[in-house]
Amino acid sequence: MITPRDIRNLLLAAAALGLAALLPFYDSGYILSIATTMAMFTVLATSWALFSGPTHYISLATAAFFGLGTFVTGLGFQTLPMWLLPLIAAGIGAVLAALVGMVTLRLSGVYFVIFTLGLAELVRQVVTWVQNRTGQRGMYVLTSITERDIYWQLIGLAALVFLVGWLIGRSRLGFALRIIGNDETVAKHSGIDTAMAKIVLFMISGAVAAVVGALLAPRYIYIEPSTAFAPILSFQVVIMALLGGTGRLWGPLAGVIPFTILWEFISRHAPNQTLLLLGVAFLLIVYVLPGGFVGLYDRLRRRFGAGGQ
Amino acid sequence: MARVVLEVRDVTKRFGGLVAVRDMVFDVHQNEVLGIIGPNGSGKSTMINMISGTFAPSAGSIRLNGQEIAGKPAHRIARQGVARTFQLVRLLPELSVVENVVAGAAFGHRQRWGAEAESFARQLLERVGMGRQVNMPVSSLTYINTKRVELARALACEPEVLLLDEWLAGLNPTELETGIDLIKSLRDDGRTIILVEHVMDAIRSLCDRCVVMSSGAKIAEGTPADVLADAEVIRAYLGADEDA
Amino acid sequence: MSFILITGLLLGGTYALIAMGLNLQYGVARIMNLANGEMLVAGGFAAFWVYTAGQVSPIAALVVVAPLAFAVNWLIYRLMLQPLVKRAKSRGALEVDSILATFGLSFVLVGIMTWMFGGGYFNYSYLAQRVDILGASYGQNRVVAFSIASLMALALWLWLSYTRAGLRMRAVAVNPNSARLVGIDVPAVSALAFGLGGAVTASGGALISMFFTLDASVGVMFTMKALIIVIMGGVGDIRGTIVAALILGIAETFVARVIDPGLTLAAAYVLFLGVLLFRPQGLFGSKPT
Repeated sequence: MITPRDIRNLLLAAAALGLAALLPFYDSGYILSIATTMAMFTVLATSWALFSGPTHYISLATAAFFGLGTFVTGLGFQTLPMWLLPLIAAGIGAVLAALVGMVTLRLSGVYFVIFTLGLAELVRQVVTWVQNRTGQRGMYVLTSITERDIYWQLIGLAALVFLVGWLIGRSRLGFALRIIGNDETVAKHSGIDTAMAKIVLFMISGAVAAVVGALLAPRYIYIEPSTAFAPILSFQVVIMALLGGTGRLWGPLAGVIPFTILWEFISRHAPNQTLLLLGVAFLLIVYVLPGGFVGLYDRLRRRFGAGGQ
Repeated sequence: MARVVLEVRDVTKRFGGLVAVRDMVFDVHQNEVLGIIGPNGSGKSTMINMISGTFAPSAGSIRLNGQEIAGKPAHRIARQGVARTFQLVRLLPELSVVENVVAGAAFGHRQRWGAEAESFARQLLERVGMGRQVNMPVSSLTYINTKRVELARALACEPEVLLLDEWLAGLNPTELETGIDLIKSLRDDGRTIILVEHVMDAIRSLCDRCVVMSSGAKIAEGTPADVLADAEVIRAYLGADEDA
Repeated sequence: MSFILITGLLLGGTYALIAMGLNLQYGVARIMNLANGEMLVAGGFAAFWVYTAGQVSPIAALVVVAPLAFAVNWLIYRLMLQPLVKRAKSRGALEVDSILATFGLSFVLVGIMTWMFGGGYFNYSYLAQRVDILGASYGQNRVVAFSIASLMALALWLWLSYTRAGLRMRAVAVNPNSARLVGIDVPAVSALAFGLGGAVTASGGALISMFFTLDASVGVMFTMKALIIVIMGGVGDIRGTIVAALILGIAETFVARVIDPGLTLAAAYVLFLGVLLFRPQGLFGSKPT
């Protein structure tokens, strides 16, 4: 069932993405660099919200998946075809997510947060240990891939993630997740395999984060565990997604744009205060903006726009 | 006698040292309303929680149409054809009334999706007596209407056995009459229902047979009139009153 | 081998104290406090500061650190967390809110500490002489820290087990609704537990700073470990917490000595995984029904 409204939304989304894809012709310096960061966070936050929005499980595992993705490219870019690397990263991300999900998603949300919080650090420790044993250090990813290429790849990936998110939202899986988020007991007794539904979604978001890592590796040039698995990334993604709001597909994007600009500004002028900014943003979301910008938008619309109905 | 739909054999449930249900045996036949009654804490809720798969029995067997369901996860049991309502109503607060019912239709015993599920849900809402409020948020519903929606959700998966856990509790006298009539009409549709209930009027007028539990064990089984006249049943109820 | 065991026990004893703080907060006040590690670091910084500025022993500093941490945490509960408890529609909603709020708090605290003390490492030399136990030598500071942590844990356990206030706290831990029915002021007891938990953790931080190099951002590591201990030992279970902390201390020391010092978190994770897979209700907990 595709309604005229759906077609309008699809066309609008396609036009917006097309417009975004033109940006490198306008600027290939600072603005492109910021836009690439935004595109990266858009993909990460949107795929994060696909899972965490309906289920209310807060995943802090993004950095773990992302870091693994960068390592896939770092290890494979000389020997394997470039197009294969994101696919391998996706596979590894999905498998790791499935394993983590099987262990933790049967249990309450607190266990999941804690487990994912340490996951990036755990993977980092293991990778560092393996590197030490094999006598490797960090690695150089020297390719002919430019920032412009990375940007376009990310825009393409964003289009894919939005499409997948849209399809899931209309599918039985998406409906099942909404029910789980409302009342897991009811979900189970209505015939929903709740553990499976959560694991599948978590696998999707894990795979996407790993692909983003794989695509971005050439941007960093030099990759080592302490930067590739930096836990701050997970928190940035959570903040942006929640600031925008997870109730709509476009919600995270509404958080990514202002927060990236703010983050860029703060880390330029007061690099020691970025953590303070993160903290304040978290508190702001809890106390002032529950539901994020999407929640605010819905509240305002209900107050002022619903009069006609 | 009609075909046996649900077969409970020697089911026991222990919580630590406490035996909540002991060696329960009973059958549920097609098109029958079976009441499970007994004083508070006699193990009725534990019994139907085991049938619906909320938790597994410590011992014994529960068969649905000949297939073992004891100990299976709740979603499997739901798909095999057991639907339930909850002692304290559980609706999905962020979903509309009709979506709440579609939730039952989409994943249960007979699965429906899309337009078909929606029209089926509307049909069921009509059936339970709330045709008009289908697009409202559930937070605006009256108490009996929340119960109606929950009932429609359970019906939406077209269960082989419908479990109603004190569905009539908390209704005022007028609502109670409506509620009893509604369940009666479900029986007339040919549904198979297990009813856990405290309301005596409802038990008398609805149940074909009753199983009476006390301290986790079955103490009587038969027609409502027979079991309610049984000396041991009276003792169990009055004794429980004295304790309380 | 006995060296690993004793070093592990000494470390585990201090972990036990920290985890008891978190367990009080989660078990009684029902707030999973993810800023717990920052309280520890703050306690450590306070000890560092009084020692380097005034040559005051970190043990004496406890007299100031503990009440101060109590007050700060009590206020945090009353001002920040109680409103969340009030507005929460369900346990799940409170869980998400309190996770986000305490994460926010933790970042704010790290930000403030970085601003006050800078991003560098902090250590000082106090009781650094060696002491011989069973043929091997250990830092005196570790032994002293362990002893004080044990004493504090014992005192806490006695207080919870044998006083009326302790009884009230245990009642709220078991069931806040029933506790309310018997006339217990649940918000007051929760705030008290949260403050006390913070005081215990900060004291643990002051003790740890005697032999462990701290920096402003290390708190999250301790939060992780404390959480793993609490989950392993069982929420609200003091005996379980102590046993779990000792196990973790020994496991970490073993991995650090025998395999690689860089794998301590991995060691904690192996334990965590085992618990999640086989005993999600905690070491001594009975199966949930």
